[in-house]
Amino acid sequence: MSYSTKSPWILHYDASSCNGCDIEVLACLTPLYDLERFGIINTGDPKQADLLLITGAVNDQNKGVVKQLYEQMPEPKVVVAVGICACSGGVFRECYNILGGIDTVIPVDVYVPGCAARPESIIDGVVKGLEVLENKLNKMREGTL
Amino acid sequence: MNDIGWLILAIVYAIIAPVAGCILAGVDRKLSARMQRRQGPPIMQPYYDVRKFMEKEQITSNSVQDFYVACYLLFIIITGVLFFAGQDFLLVIFTLTLGETFLVLAAYSSGSPFSQIGAQRELYMAMAFEPIFLFVAICMYLETGSFSISDMVGSGELPSLMMIGVFLAFIYGITMKLRKSPFDLSMSHHAHQDLVRGLTTEFSGKTLAMIEISHWYENIMLLGIIALFFADGTITGFIIGLIAALVIYFVEILIDNGFARMTWQTALKSGWLVGLVLGLGNVIAYILL
Ligand code: SF4
Repeated sequence: MSYSTKSPWILHYDASSCNGCDIEVLACLTPLYDLERFGIINTGDPKQADLLLITGAVNDQNKGVVKQLYEQMPEPKVVVAVGICACSGGVFRECYNILGGIDTVIPVDVYVPGCAARPESIIDGVVKGLEVLENKLNKMREGTL
Repeated sequence: MNDIGWLILAIVYAIIAPVAGCILAGVDRKLSARMQRRQGPPIMQPYYDVRKFMEKEQITSNSVQDFYVACYLLFIIITGVLFFAGQDFLLVIFTLTLGETFLVLAAYSSGSPFSQIGAQRELYMAMAFEPIFLFVAICMYLETGSFSISDMVGSGELPSLMMIGVFLAFIYGITMKLRKSPFDLSMSHHAHQDLVRGLTTEFSGKTLAMIEISHWYENIMLLGIIALFFADGTITGFIIGLIAALVIYFVEILIDNGFARMTWQTALKSGWLVGLVLGLGNVIAYILL
């Protein structure tokens, strides 16, 4: 196992979520679930983050922000779409301002469905993301990323 | 202790300090987690973090910042080596300040407003801490008649009850150096969202790894200074100093978890007040008594 998977730092961004999923992401950091036992830290700095957790369907106003955050993160990086809004647009899909899931703007590696996504499934998604992270790191070493 | 002994101590410091500092940081995070009723990361987590930073793609917003951060690491190591080699206490203070200057320069060299504010706050913290540090040196001189650390330890005057004021002031000030709440203004190991990451916002990859390693070196040296207050040149004095340093570090973790962050104004004022009352007061006490 590489060191990246032992210390994944999370960047959480709210792309017009209803805040339901955000509360659940934060719930993962509480004593009950304690993400830090996996070495996970919730950071606010894209340059130091490994995983990008995005909640909510992306809209016209924040698609630039989402792109910029993604581009500022150093490789290897993984994007986890949390909540059904982030996966496909969810109930907001038909809204005039909504673009749809996060994958309309940046490539998504792991989809975590649910409305709101439960902390257990978010942790599951993050752990899935670690596998992707490991793969990307190997590719990076081979020079194919 | 003779010259060879000091030399060996300095070499041991240069090799052991990153290991000890890393474990200390791991224990720190574990204890903090337990105080918050969490399970907490493994003890070796800081090591994993640094190894991860090394694996990451290097993003540098201004190439000069890597040079500055490397200088910071270098001068922090030199500071510690000078201290454990029993050299001049004032020299230790000045080298530490020089290292600090490089860190601030590195943060200023990027355009990010977050790291600029972080750098500014770092300067305020240095302004608050430096007087206390100088009073420690002056009191050490007044007690032992020398600025040289090897002479201080050899003098047999330490530990001295006369230095209680400046000792307490140093404990107060060390919170700033260890970047613990309520003085974790420029950057913090918790609450990462404040100012994004403050001073280190623009650092990633190997640069960030260097910063972490410097912290390990620095923390061990600071604990060494605490131990110096108890150093009477014997093994017993060494062990008492070590225990005192660890106890104080534990108290710092407790304070870290129990306090909210201060504004820089309060931090600066309180630092100067403590320095003036306890530090200068102690110097005056020496002159009068
Ligand atoms: S998935 Fe549900 S809880 Fe989450 S942001 Fe969308 S509507 Fe809110």
